[in-house]
Amino acid sequence: MNAIEVKNLNRRLGDFFELTDIDLTLPKGYIMGLIGRNGAGKSSLIKAILNVMDFKGQINVLGKDVDLVDKNKIGFYSSEFTFPEYLSVKKIENLMKNIYSYWDSDMFDAYMKQFDIEKNQRYGSLSKGMKTKLALAIALSHNAELLILDEPAEGLDPVARDELNEIIFDFTRSENHTVLISSHIVSDLEKICDYIAVMRDGRIVMCDEKDAICEKYVIAQASVEDFNAVPYEYIIGKKETPYGIKGIVVREYAPDNAVITEVTLEDMFVYMEKEAQAEDESYAD
Amino acid sequence: MTVLIDNKSGVAIYEQIYTQIKNQIISGSLTEDEPLPSIRNLAKDLRISVITTKRAYDELEKDGFIYTLPAKGCFVCPKNTELIKEENLRMIEDHFTKSVQLAVQSGLTRGELIEIFNFALEEMK
Repeated sequence: MNAIEVKNLNRRLGDFFELTDIDLTLPKGYIMGLIGRNGAGKSSLIKAILNVMDFKGQINVLGKDVDLVDKNKIGFYSSEFTFPEYLSVKKIENLMKNIYSYWDSDMFDAYMKQFDIEKNQRYGSLSKGMKTKLALAIALSHNAELLILDEPAEGLDPVARDELNEIIFDFTRSENHTVLISSHIVSDLEKICDYIAVMRDGRIVMCDEKDAICEKYVIAQASVEDFNAVPYEYIIGKKETPYGIKGIVVREYAPDNAVITEVTLEDMFVYMEKEAQAEDESYAD
Repeated sequence: MTVLIDNKSGVAIYEQIYTQIKNQIISGSLTEDEPLPSIRNLAKDLRISVITTKRAYDELEKDGFIYTLPAKGCFVCPKNTELIKEENLRMIEDHFTKSVQLAVQSGLTRGELIEIFNFALEEMK
């Protein structure tokens, strides 16, 4: 079964195409990473999936139309999450108990212990990292089957980010648990995700298994003549110097005599975006 | 069971898992009918994609090293001596090819090469 199914999703604001022809499928039990630059439409897509924004098209979540899905089963985190500064963690927990039907106090306590957060601390006294962890603990403590995380790594130090990855791994030990996560930290997504979707200008420009992406492409460095012999459609992006060209190409079409290295998702994303930018600029000319 | 992943080796991760489990089955450190960790738990423990581990297990099953019981998990197949012999033969041929290449590069004669081979055989006795 699929945890998320998006078909022909569109949204326009006046002349602005916020989301265009989005199709997306995330099978149950897997982790999908959403990559894109600021304004690419990641948060809009997430808002549509959460059904907090109007859209055209069809979205099914956990096997049901998004209008009918039990919201208890979705754990959501956004960096915009905030509580009144004077509330204690205990008070916040009481609020959440009233909001979610299946609140798990034991699980919440365990997370508070793991994150070193005292329940009598006031929200305002928590550091940025602690606030993020508290919001994550809330998302994880009401028996959700689908976790939707919008930029959870933002503002976290490397150790806290590693803890976050650990939490996501543990959550998906159950094959009923699914995660959709957006992040600017592509290297983290590369570590944890089964699927990767890349967004640009409100569209999904690439969506595949992470392994498939990394296997299909390589970084090739070759002389200008050798590199330019590669047909255009097999090149993802390239950087030229007077001494040669370095670029990402489909493995089988790598230029002759090229120095080949394996591609990381971060390379992939940077080269794709640079190429798109260069194309935009050449149209503008 | 030991599985060590090298992200920088250039060898696909599913292949690293496949080779390491296969070698442990051939060497006998994983024994007949021994249960393997579930695809999901292995992926989560190694902190890699479920799709990657599934692919490694699929290949192991296809090549006759493990079998799957529905709802029970994956287990080590009874040792298939023919399969192992075949596998070893392939490796022996591979090593010989490399040795001969090196010998040709170094300008060794057929006689010298055979001498090395005979010496290695004597050493084993």
